[in-house]
Amino acid sequence: MLAYAVRRLFGAIPTIFVIIAISFFMIRLAPGGPFSLERPLPANIMRNLEAIYHLDKPLMVQFWIYLQNLVQGNLGPSMVYRDLSVAEIIGSGLPVSIQFGGAAILLALVVGGVLGSYAALKQNQMSDYSVMAIAMVGITIPNFVMAPLLQLILGVELGWLPVGGWGEGAFRNKVLPVIALALPQVAVVARLTRGSMIEVLRTNPIRTARAKGLPERIVIGRHALRAALLPVVSYLGPAAAALLTGSVVIETIFGVPGVGRLFVQGALNRDYTLVMGTVILIACFIVIFNLLVDLIYGVLDPKVRYD
Amino acid sequence: MSLLAVENLEVRFDTADGEVCAVNDVSFSVEPGETLGIVGESGSGKSQVFFAVMGLLAANGRARGKVRFRDTDLLGMPVSQLNTIRGAHLSMIFQDPMTSLNPYLRVSKQMTEVLVQHQHKSEQDARRIAIELLERVQIPEAARRFDQYPHEFSGGMRQRVMIAMALLCQPDLLIADEPTTALDVTVQAQILDLLAQLRDTLNTAIILISHDFGVVAGLCERVAVMYAGRIVETAPVREIFYRPQHPYTRGLLQSLPRLDADDHQELPTIPGQPPNLQSLGEGCAFSERCPLVQPHCLTDRPLLRQIAEDHSKACHRDLAA
Repeated sequence: MLAYAVRRLFGAIPTIFVIIAISFFMIRLAPGGPFSLERPLPANIMRNLEAIYHLDKPLMVQFWIYLQNLVQGNLGPSMVYRDLSVAEIIGSGLPVSIQFGGAAILLALVVGGVLGSYAALKQNQMSDYSVMAIAMVGITIPNFVMAPLLQLILGVELGWLPVGGWGEGAFRNKVLPVIALALPQVAVVARLTRGSMIEVLRTNPIRTARAKGLPERIVIGRHALRAALLPVVSYLGPAAAALLTGSVVIETIFGVPGVGRLFVQGALNRDYTLVMGTVILIACFIVIFNLLVDLIYGVLDPKVRYD
Repeated sequence: MSLLAVENLEVRFDTADGEVCAVNDVSFSVEPGETLGIVGESGSGKSQVFFAVMGLLAANGRARGKVRFRDTDLLGMPVSQLNTIRGAHLSMIFQDPMTSLNPYLRVSKQMTEVLVQHQHKSEQDARRIAIELLERVQIPEAARRFDQYPHEFSGGMRQRVMIAMALLCQPDLLIADEPTTALDVTVQAQILDLLAQLRDTLNTAIILISHDFGVVAGLCERVAVMYAGRIVETAPVREIFYRPQHPYTRGLLQSLPRLDADDHQELPTIPGQPPNLQSLGEGCAFSERCPLVQPHCLTDRPLLRQIAEDHSKACHRDLAA
């Protein structure tokens, strides 16, 4: 399994290289640059700045220099926050995003899994329809609507939780953003689990388990859940990669200092190196989580072999 | 007292195209240690009878009537109470051993959980008993293979595992639903030998469901023939073979290949198709295909009637022996 994981990671290098190349040239195609301000800088200062960041050289040369630094693990200095390196900026945002994303994924898996299994067991009954209707609402309401609604109800009207702000990472401040981040995922996981659970409950192994006189909780928990979770795992892998690297909307609405905000600010400021840094980070997460999905498959399904 | 007594059992399924009557007015009983064969073609309702008995009907299925196991009525019993009986005193094995075991769990877990559930055995005791049973059903190197997954066993071996699993709590009755249909002929013979051997040593009553008269003949003392959701003939196995009294049973027996038959003779078949269970008419369900049909067969459904000691049939005609 280890050899397989290593092989997969090396196999991902060309993919990541292509992503780097495309985003490197695309961000430079966008009009303006890191130093184009409302009041233009004097021409000689501009020339000096461009020389420092190699922006005066041909694109291919710039790319070559970037790759050389990257191979040494150097993401370069931020072009906008001039005292900070890209690595430092990401290093401050990533733990926050991982915390939020991790909590949201966990919530989605547990709450979504339980709701979905429950709905499957009550298939075509009132409780099934209600759970699925709520899930549909959770999926269709966009997070830029859901988040302010939560703020309005739980924050302003009921006053239970702070509306926003980071509050030095206090638990109270984390609740609303995590809920807002998790709700659509809970809904998707519930629907996926329900669908696959209904399929699995019709299969022969479940009939055998019932014929053995096992109580329903063991039939579901031990015999059905594993197979029912396989599609959920396939979905959650890439979803986790996206959540852990930050959500632009949620972080902006709640004022959470995560990676998602950095990415957007970087793009708006034409902070070339910061954008590249976040792109590489997200690409790596996606590669790693896809690998994790395949490894988890191996844990869940004894027929999966890595060779 | 009978071990299992089924009285006037009906099984109905609600489908998008209307109600399907899979089982109609089926009654029979099994005595302790007895071996009963249930014969019928696909769709005759023979499996559904026992899914109803085991509480395993699909969600859109409803069973009515009485199913007494010893002195308790299994129909309408809460699942939690049913779970103390099925798997412990009453076991079932299924047609397709390739898919009946759970592919995600080790054989060991799938077996020990039965003993832990019903007899509150410790994991170690349960393992010891389960390995003993695997040896008894002739799984080679049972102790070594115990912790393997089902996909590491062949089809015949998986059916042996299923049989061992069903016998863990020494049930009084084992229902075997076409246990050999998915297996090739030599393995089929081994499994039937095994069932006969287990019946003789453990004194477990067996109900063998099959579409194959040959399989039933080798193992069973008594046979019930089902057609279109009803029992049409029931008798001791020798009676059925030598003096079949229902035209359907005769047709089935004639369509068995025979070793002493002339090579050039074509194998007889029963013409026509089994009836649609959604639109059964007033009369005998077999009347469309019956070579001896008479006008009143189409309007008047024959009831199961006794024609000799321990021999009943549902047919208006009296056939010559």
